[in-house]
Amino acid sequence: MDILPILRALMRNKTGALLIGLQIALTIAMLCNSLSIIEQLGQRMRQPAGIDEANIFVLSTAFVDDPPDLKARLLGDLAALRSLPGVIDADTAITLPLGGNSYGEGVSLKPDQRYPTAVGNLYFDTDHGLATYGLKLTAGRWFHADEVIDLRFYENRYPASIVVTQELARALFPAGNALGQQVWLTPTQSSRIIGVVATVAAPGGGKSQSMYLPEMPINKGATYVVRTKPGTQAAVMRAAQDRLFELANQRVIQNLVPFTEIRARTFQLDRVVSIVLTTVCALLLAVTACGIVGLTMYWVAQRRPQIGVRRALGARRIDVLAYFHTENLLIAGAGAVLGIGLGMAVNVQLAKNLELTRVSVAYVCAGALVVLVLCQAAVLWPALRAASIPPAVAARAQ
Amino acid sequence: MLGYYFELALRSLRRNVVLTALMIGAVGVGIGTSMTALTALRSMSADPIPDKSARLFTPQLDAWGPQSARPDQGANGDRLPIGFTYRDAVALMQAHRAPRQAVMYPVGMDVRPARSRPFQAEGRATSADFFPMFEVPFASGAPWGQKEDDDRESVAVLGAKLAARAFPQGDAVGKTLNLGGRDYRVLGVLKPWAPLPRFYDPNSGAYSEGEGFLIPFSTAIARQITVVGYENCAEVPTGGWEAHLNSSCVWIEFWAELPTAAQVRDFRTWLHDYAAEQRQLGRFHWPPRVDLHDVVDWLVYNKVVPGAVRAISLVADSFLVVCLLNAVGVMLARFASRGKEFGLRRALGASRRNVFLQCVTESATIGLLGGLLGLALTALGLTGLRSLLGVTDPTSAVHQLVSLDSGMVLITLVVAVAATVCAGLYPTLRASRVQPAWQLKVQ
Repeated sequence: MDILPILRALMRNKTGALLIGLQIALTIAMLCNSLSIIEQLGQRMRQPAGIDEANIFVLSTAFVDDPPDLKARLLGDLAALRSLPGVIDADTAITLPLGGNSYGEGVSLKPDQRYPTAVGNLYFDTDHGLATYGLKLTAGRWFHADEVIDLRFYENRYPASIVVTQELARALFPAGNALGQQVWLTPTQSSRIIGVVATVAAPGGGKSQSMYLPEMPINKGATYVVRTKPGTQAAVMRAAQDRLFELANQRVIQNLVPFTEIRARTFQLDRVVSIVLTTVCALLLAVTACGIVGLTMYWVAQRRPQIGVRRALGARRIDVLAYFHTENLLIAGAGAVLGIGLGMAVNVQLAKNLELTRVSVAYVCAGALVVLVLCQAAVLWPALRAASIPPAVAARAQ
Repeated sequence: MLGYYFELALRSLRRNVVLTALMIGAVGVGIGTSMTALTALRSMSADPIPDKSARLFTPQLDAWGPQSARPDQGANGDRLPIGFTYRDAVALMQAHRAPRQAVMYPVGMDVRPARSRPFQAEGRATSADFFPMFEVPFASGAPWGQKEDDDRESVAVLGAKLAARAFPQGDAVGKTLNLGGRDYRVLGVLKPWAPLPRFYDPNSGAYSEGEGFLIPFSTAIARQITVVGYENCAEVPTGGWEAHLNSSCVWIEFWAELPTAAQVRDFRTWLHDYAAEQRQLGRFHWPPRVDLHDVVDWLVYNKVVPGAVRAISLVADSFLVVCLLNAVGVMLARFASRGKEFGLRRALGASRRNVFLQCVTESATIGLLGGLLGLALTALGLTGLRSLLGVTDPTSAVHQLVSLDSGMVLITLVVAVAATVCAGLYPTLRASRVQPAWQLKVQ
């Protein structure tokens, strides 16, 4: 196939080619950036919580009658929950992996450090935490009952023993010798790392550097986490509410939800954004394909006499077909080169302004390839129509 | 004449149904997508109090010093603390450097209605100027004043939803309501009100529903009602409520209305002097660092709109451009293939201007039809968006925002017509340049 005559023909019809080329460039730039955002959101949404997600539910309760024996009431609630049939274990909580609330604290290796070595999310648990969440210890041990201290508003003390996630352990002690080390959460309070657990997602789904503190919140409002045997969750959720009301009627129970709901809430916006972006990408490809079909149809109609002449002079149908496909490839190829450049440029801006990671060149090229194939497919129908123009048109036209 | 052109346009649109459908479809889909995204973005990043946002300011003060690198202070502690310590908030209120100013913090309490089950609600402890300063609309009753603040009175203003739930039988004003075990006299009930994003406290949930109840700040402090929302401590206090009040924890928001540039300048100077004074008193061991943000600035500073949402609107806008490029191409094809028609009209005495007007009318007609289609698609897109966001309650504030209002409908149609006419300008110009003789000769 000779490219030169096609190029010459294109030069005589610059506007149409320019429009299609620009459109393809924009399409590629948008497509690869959107795909890269969708991919990043997907990674965030798919991250495991690091706990027994399927069998955990959560509920919040608040006593409305200011009980003087608050701690005993909370312990009573927990004992009642643990004794329900189907329950593996139950514990109190303030923050949850992938949950909405978060607390953070800087961790230093020396008491007088200017900046903390790492910042960790705080989880507050008792000796029941390990079984309640189904955490995996990779080193050391979990808390004993006598290590658990009370946590009251504005009476904050930090405990003598803490458990850290392996990510926080690595951030603090890259050599891997975190177990048994002493760290400072404030300049005056030191704690010893007695255990290391496998990856647990952070509240809100951020960096997985977290620590577990053996502290039981003593507060009118409490959050309970309950882990059940597989298949019993729905029944236990109903039973739990009834049992707690039996123990104390003057209370509010709300947010009784399975853990899966907490995950869904946290990632709701990410889900919406990726669905919207996917829809826009699909529409974009459809519109671009339609545009190519429309304009090529017009070109075919415009060149009917010329096509007839070429056919009369011996060009085969496949030659006509090849002409339109090559022409489209030239335009789309030029558009793709522009689009790859534009896509990378847009991505640099996006990464800078919107805190997204940079897209790889391979991603952009893959996007360009998809669009090129789509363009070739779109041009097929008008090209087939062109190929079916009979040579006799040449004789009729003038 | 325009009516005649309109009729011609409709007739020509009917002639080539495929091309017409392609064009109207492209314009419609483009408009529908970008308007859906625009509405969504508007709902998340709109100026929540447009007529006042440039006059409302929240200051920042370095109460921790450069030594402390807290989680949200940036890598090197270059960001100032967000919010105020109790000491500084009280000092700001007492200095009274603004015609209107208010302190506030989010609280959660159990509500115990006389006749139904107790429930938890979120509200806010604030001071009297909150209501006039933020133009909070009242359905009945009135806000409290300076006197109630000074006397730490047990008064409350209820949000529309909480009032309806706690007093289903009717007007709550004048009645008492038990909040967290204490009786409060209800002074007023708000109309549904929830600025989105909640600019005055974006770190305690920028897209939460409106306040359930509001009580005086001084009363809440006296009753030791804890903050339920954003709080940050450079050093964790021990020793109960008094220690918390004297600690370096920041948890109180402060807003001031500063109508003139001179007042803004004075306020900033005063703030700087205050920080310098605290240094002289030996409380701060570092040079003064202060800042002052208006509403829009504050939302940007706190990164309220997620990056991915802004990316969506960028993508949707480029999508509209692609759709318009598409329409230009197809329009070019339409007009070019009708060279004969235009040549004939020119030969019969139509001026270039006539042909031009005819083509513009046709473009505008396509734009209008595309706009109508776009409107339908926008409505469809917004319905989809609402169901994705799980917004089912039609009275909720988010629902109101993620909806088409008459202004949006008008904007959509105007944008559609204007964009299509602009896109059609080049094809139109080319069409009107047709030489009558040349076109006729081809026959």
